[in-house]
Amino acid sequence: MAIESVPAPLARRGLRNRLKAGDWIFTTLVSATAALVVLIVLGLFYELISRALPSIRKFGLPFLWETQWNPVRETFGAGTFIVGTLITSVVALVLATVLAVLVALFLVEIAPPWLSRPLSYLVELLAAIPSVVYGLWGVFVMGVFIRDYFGPVVVDTLGWIPFFDGTPLITGIFSACLILTIMILPTIMAVSRDVIAAVPNSQREGIMALGATRWEAIRIAILPYARSGVMGGAILGLARAVGETLAVTLVIGNKVAIPSTIFDPAYTMASVIANQFTEVENDMHRSALIEIALVLLVITFVINVVARLLVWRVTRGQRVLVQE
Amino acid sequence: MNPRSGASQLFLASEGLYRRRRLANRVMTAVMGIAAAIAVIPLFLILFYLLQKGLRGLSLDLLTQDPNRPGRPGGGVRNSIVGSGIMVGLATAIGVPIAIGCGVFLAEFGQNRAGLVIRFLVDVMAGIPSITVGLFIYGLIVLPQKQFTAFAGAVALAIILLPVVARITEEMVLLVPRSVREAAYALGAPRWKTTLRIVLPTALPGIITGVLLAVSRIAGEAAPLLFTALGNQFNSTNVFHAMDALPLRIFVYAVGPYDYWHEQAWAMSLLLVTIILFISLAVRAIFGSRVTVRQ
Repeated sequence: MAIESVPAPLARRGLRNRLKAGDWIFTTLVSATAALVVLIVLGLFYELISRALPSIRKFGLPFLWETQWNPVRETFGAGTFIVGTLITSVVALVLATVLAVLVALFLVEIAPPWLSRPLSYLVELLAAIPSVVYGLWGVFVMGVFIRDYFGPVVVDTLGWIPFFDGTPLITGIFSACLILTIMILPTIMAVSRDVIAAVPNSQREGIMALGATRWEAIRIAILPYARSGVMGGAILGLARAVGETLAVTLVIGNKVAIPSTIFDPAYTMASVIANQFTEVENDMHRSALIEIALVLLVITFVINVVARLLVWRVTRGQRVLVQE
Repeated sequence: MNPRSGASQLFLASEGLYRRRRLANRVMTAVMGIAAAIAVIPLFLILFYLLQKGLRGLSLDLLTQDPNRPGRPGGGVRNSIVGSGIMVGLATAIGVPIAIGCGVFLAEFGQNRAGLVIRFLVDVMAGIPSITVGLFIYGLIVLPQKQFTAFAGAVALAIILLPVVARITEEMVLLVPRSVREAAYALGAPRWKTTLRIVLPTALPGIITGVLLAVSRIAGEAAPLLFTALGNQFNSTNVFHAMDALPLRIFVYAVGPYDYWHEQAWAMSLLLVTIILFISLAVRAIFGSRVTVRQ
């Protein structure tokens, strides 16, 4: 009955017979930091919702598809920005996923270790380069190349296809897609590489024993096995593309209009916030921008949840840590 | 029908099929190889142009002078370098203890539903766009104080650093063998002492790796600083005033009209990327080869 004299919080941790105040303090502190994470995520939603409320009240659900964006008249709709984000991130997602999966297969299945290690590291280094540096490079190197060389060739040869006419400039939606492709490549590649490496060798050996070539082994035994993990990686890449700010702001041209050709300037949700928030015209303008941030947050939140679930399902028990 | 000729027909047919299959194999192997080559091209292109355009603008003045009035060539970006140092340092000081605490929680008390939820939230937090974090801190700190501050910028950066370090800490603590922990318990050490004096020091190299990677990431972030630290063309060391940072200044100069701004933006980018790649390479050289941690 000695335990009765111990304060209640300590008694509850009754598993250990040595009850020490130190342990209680330690557990409380550590739990408090974990609780802080919950608070931050909740606070993020609360803060954005409460500051976006005037805009939510005034424009309602049509905010999501209305394309009017007029700070002077105080009419706001996020349609153009949502379309811009959708186009750039989906195009980047498709391009980067195809490339990343091929690279990951090469690294895991084909390249010898002396080649695959440095190669894999070089691709991962792309993730270390800051967004704003991508933007700078995208404007002064890639953009100039697109305007002077790539764009004219494309317009001359493919101009008869819808969307491929237009005037190539330094900045535009095509540049944004390309920059995003490069930026999300390492994310998708790293996850794909890890899930492909996690495919059990019995899968490979089984199909090889039946006489399959290496490509057939990849196609029949490895890719189907790794598919949902690769999808998880791709969706993580998508989340990155959707939220990417400065690189896109620098290269997309920043025009409130739905692009009609691949070289037109446009706007994404993140880039309109970056560009206009410091010089808002009125409170409603600010509120509308915060509502865009809220939409962005909800989208990336959902995308992340889906991606994590997919990656977890494949690598469960494997403890693969995904680096952002 | 002679069974032998049937077999040879089958053989011939499979010969053609086999050739096609081998061809497909070769083609796809080549495609994968080419894809790998394409994937490393952007890195080299970026590094090449950083050197080509950045070296020109690199000078002692760039590091030791503050910016001139816009339009007057010359001057430097000392204010941005100082500001980046202060804010990244402050963010690390704020974020790392919390992140390590959270990581320890996940590793030691996280094998239940609460742990699952928090691990999930940490992962999701890592994917939140940095610009939304900036707006969050703008609403939380900047608006009530009616003042853009370096402190607000540091808090925003700390929120970006937190999930990265927390997850790596968890992984590293879990990697410490049970036997080490049990040996400490057997000697009568309480849990907190075991964790702080035995487990964390054992996991320290891995945690430092994570911290360094996270620091190199927030050093390049400008989006969360746009509405928190704002930027400042004068040198300031007061964390309760607006402050500049290298990535912020690169952004301002990149969109600006002057050629010498562009030159300085390239030089700053070269500086920033050199520091970040140096950290990344050092981490790899010192703490081993894998950035992705597995068990």
